[in-house]
Amino acid sequence: MSTQQGGRFFFNVDWITILIYVALCTIGFVNIYASIYNPDTSTLFNFGSNYGKQLIFIITALVLGFSILLLDAKFFSVFAPIVYGVTLLLLMVVLVVGRKVAGNQAWIPLGSFRLQPSELAKFGTALLIARYVGNFNPKFRDIKSIFFAGLIICFPLLLIMLQPDTGSALVFLAFMFPLYREGLSGYFLLIFLGMIVLFIADFLVPISVLIPIILLVGGFFAYQNKRKQQMMFSMIIATIVAVAYLFLVKFAYEKVLEPHQRTRIEIILGLKTDPKGAGYNVIQSKIAIGSGQLTGRGFLEGTQTKYGYVPEQSTDFIFSTIGEEWGFVGCSVVIALYIFLLLRVINLAERQRSTFSRVYGYCVASIIFFHVFINIGMTIGIIPVIGIPLPFISYGGSSLWSFTVLLFIFLKLDSNRMGFI
Amino acid sequence: MDNLFNRKYIIQGLFIVVALILLGQLFYIQVASDRYFLSANSNVLRKKYTFPARGIIMDRNNKVLVQNEPVYDLMVTPSLVKPFDTAALCRIIGIDMKGFHKRFNKAKNQSRYQRSVFEKQLSVQTYAALQERLSRFVGFETQNRTVRHYPDSVAGQFFGYVKEVSEKDIDESNGYYRPGDYIGKAGVERQYNDVLQGERGVENTIYNARNVPQGSYLNGKFDTLAISGETLVSSLDIRLQKLGEQLLKNKVGSIVAIEPATGEVLAFVSSPTYDPNLMVGRQQGNNYMDIFRLPNRPFTVRPLSGYYSPGSSFKPVDDLIALQEGVIDPNTTFNCPGVYWAGNHPVKCEHVDGNISLRRGLARSCNTYACHVFQKLMTQPKYKSKIAAYDDWQAKVRKFGLGSKLDLDMPFERKGRLFTSEEYTKRFGKYWGYTTIISLAIGQGEMSATPLQMANIMSIIANRGYYIKPHLIKAIGEKRDVKKEYLVKNSVGIDLSHFEPVIDGMQDAVNAPYGTARDSAIPDILMCGKTGTVQNPHGKNHSVFIGFAPRDNPKIAIAVIVENAGFGSAYAAPIASYITETYLKGKLSGNRVDRAEWMKKQVVLPEIPKPKIYWGPKVADSTRKADSAARITVPPAPQKKPAANKKQLQLTK
Repeated sequence: MSTQQGGRFFFNVDWITILIYVALCTIGFVNIYASIYNPDTSTLFNFGSNYGKQLIFIITALVLGFSILLLDAKFFSVFAPIVYGVTLLLLMVVLVVGRKVAGNQAWIPLGSFRLQPSELAKFGTALLIARYVGNFNPKFRDIKSIFFAGLIICFPLLLIMLQPDTGSALVFLAFMFPLYREGLSGYFLLIFLGMIVLFIADFLVPISVLIPIILLVGGFFAYQNKRKQQMMFSMIIATIVAVAYLFLVKFAYEKVLEPHQRTRIEIILGLKTDPKGAGYNVIQSKIAIGSGQLTGRGFLEGTQTKYGYVPEQSTDFIFSTIGEEWGFVGCSVVIALYIFLLLRVINLAERQRSTFSRVYGYCVASIIFFHVFINIGMTIGIIPVIGIPLPFISYGGSSLWSFTVLLFIFLKLDSNRMGFI
Repeated sequence: MDNLFNRKYIIQGLFIVVALILLGQLFYIQVASDRYFLSANSNVLRKKYTFPARGIIMDRNNKVLVQNEPVYDLMVTPSLVKPFDTAALCRIIGIDMKGFHKRFNKAKNQSRYQRSVFEKQLSVQTYAALQERLSRFVGFETQNRTVRHYPDSVAGQFFGYVKEVSEKDIDESNGYYRPGDYIGKAGVERQYNDVLQGERGVENTIYNARNVPQGSYLNGKFDTLAISGETLVSSLDIRLQKLGEQLLKNKVGSIVAIEPATGEVLAFVSSPTYDPNLMVGRQQGNNYMDIFRLPNRPFTVRPLSGYYSPGSSFKPVDDLIALQEGVIDPNTTFNCPGVYWAGNHPVKCEHVDGNISLRRGLARSCNTYACHVFQKLMTQPKYKSKIAAYDDWQAKVRKFGLGSKLDLDMPFERKGRLFTSEEYTKRFGKYWGYTTIISLAIGQGEMSATPLQMANIMSIIANRGYYIKPHLIKAIGEKRDVKKEYLVKNSVGIDLSHFEPVIDGMQDAVNAPYGTARDSAIPDILMCGKTGTVQNPHGKNHSVFIGFAPRDNPKIAIAVIVENAGFGSAYAAPIASYITETYLKGKLSGNRVDRAEWMKKQVVLPEIPKPKIYWGPKVADSTRKADSAARITVPPAPQKKPAANKKQLQLTK
């Protein structure tokens, strides 16, 4: 079977996805080049510079990706628990030997490179979730399966929180989508949405106004359902929980969050302006993007980019280079490429015969989606500054490799979709 | 596959919705709003301005009245400043440490990375001392500027002054002005600010995020050089201006002289005045307050905002209208028993002349004659009602420029006062007639005119029937452009033939032995004029004289008002004659030199109102910078001072 398949091996791979992948990597390289560009010293292939390094990262990522395509598809399902276990181990190791970069103890130094276990944790968790759902086919109607899936997600999440790397931890919420697809009640998504709304409202509206509103709304729905005792009961519970949540948020906000995180939230909610301090990144990023206008200033013509006004521009804020030099048109193209990739991955996932592959596909799409949404949202000021990279585009080997591995594992599973795992 | 398959659409839909939210925000910040584009430019670009010299102002004989002197602003870029000997800097520019910190913090608050002004307008001497050590004060630099200098120290109200722009100016200029720019705030500096200010030069330099210059923006595509302001040629004759100010020294009043043929204002004196150089430089604010607190308000531009009843000087206008209407001819006589009875109240005359005709009536300034003329005008049979009669008369008077602005090229001109029939009805009710308003016949009552309007009336009579809009700036710029409106003759609708009889009377007023102003006759020059003694309810009468000379082909029309100085012949007429003679002959003749010198020394100041409130034994010394207690004791309320706006006497009840 394997020989027969080997002949059709590349035929079965979804070349469209690979094309989008290459396109995004190229956009990344071009914009990293622009954001580091210095008219006096630049040559295109300077491997000492960051864009030269990025070129090496892209080439090695491609090699890595195609090596994955050569592996046996069964490998991932079989080794999922081991990958997950190693990931957890690394997450614990990093807390001990990790090197602090920008306040987060997220890196393990390995020679001249640094390993970021939280990147590995994303596909480790994705694999185990897929394996769990594939093996047991739970419909997430019972507490037990929800609890078990939650456990798989929460172990790495909590370990990452300890680094503390809130941004990477947040990405683990992406696993809600595959679980939802596999049967988790839609209420979880709604509750999640409600939690966000209440969280924001907690800052903007005084609690003395908010609580009566919640009680009124809760009371109204409880009254509506007075015939159905169970519904009424759960409405009352929900109302109480909502009020408790409000106080919890206030408490967590003041006692748990770091001052810089608090400031970031306050800036986004418009409660505070601090153009020189914590708000500087966002303001400069917005200025750079906004100054691109419809068609952008042109390649290497962005003044904010060229003269270094946006900090972290080649990594987390790479989108500001795209925004300034390529304008609204360029931004739209990038977002369209991402959306096309995400919809493509989901469609591919849906055509899988094995549940494992499908769930894994959803995990890939959701993780990429979270990164894209949070990263771009942060650069244009609709989400607090959370330091996570823009998939395939941001500078950095760890992130590019881990996204490549994440995506190519799925492409491998997809190329083998007719096979049995 | 089960119904969970549909959840695919929900998830895909969510992805698309989120993408649309991102695109929406992107559209807003990139396409819909240009705020970020502008912020980006202000991030990167630093504009360095070079300031143009303001335009020069010359008098009618091309003598320079205003020139520019270099001064230096000390600028600071707070982010570049390194520790230095602050005491040395303070010593050089004459401030204390407290002042240093105040200025430095102000600059820091404005921007750490942009240059801002640390201390304004350092003199050349200070600059020289500073320049030697400037290299030790890292982050500080100087910027050239020019300020005004008025070599003759006269005509303060004419020039006005230049001042740093206010917040309001900046808001109203649509971004043209920036903090630190200068703008004309009064007088010609204000009126012709657009012409005088020139064009600011700018140099755009790109800076990176660490505030290191990266070269010029687009190779200097948007850089410009400063362009100096245009030169203005004023119509003033600085000799007359100086003489006028000397003659009115220690008096309150105004002189306006006009060249009738062109409408050019030759002298524009407002007394008390001030040295325009006081309104320049670092002490401007303090000087302003000092001058502001002086009695008799030097900042008031009396020639165009002082309200005076024209008094007898209005009589020629009324006579001209009567001649044009045909209600009198030059030989019509009226009997003057020394009083005119308007109904049951008298209008007194200064003399008893018996039968009196136009020529003598004007020369003697006979009130009775004037009242009879007014009565005739108001009771013409052609009018259906007294209101129609008054309205018609009033419209004819307005043609002489009374009751409306003459549109002089100066700010804050006032229009004078002339009632409409509606206003009279409002005041007196339905029943009023010529007897009620008879005081108008002698230029009193509900009539006030500015000195400019009075001089313009003389210009009309000198021109025999028309005037050209009076103006202070006769030509603009290198090409000496003249505004078109200053070439238009404005007719007053009186036939040429009616002027000579009136002018005869005015000639006699100055030159005949029985004339009111015979002491002011000028040897060899036939000056025609009319005295006025304006009744003033607040104090002594105002002395008024209007006239023109010579009689044929007049070269100068003049109005002189000296407040609280009594008869027109006492002060106003001689002053007018000195000005006129100097203008026509170049100098005064014979003993008139000494008489003019005597006039210069006269002190005719209105009584300063007694302070109403005493807060203690302190006596207000309003000529010096007063402390707060003294300030309270001098009430600034203008209506309390006799020198103030409206001098009206109601003869009628």
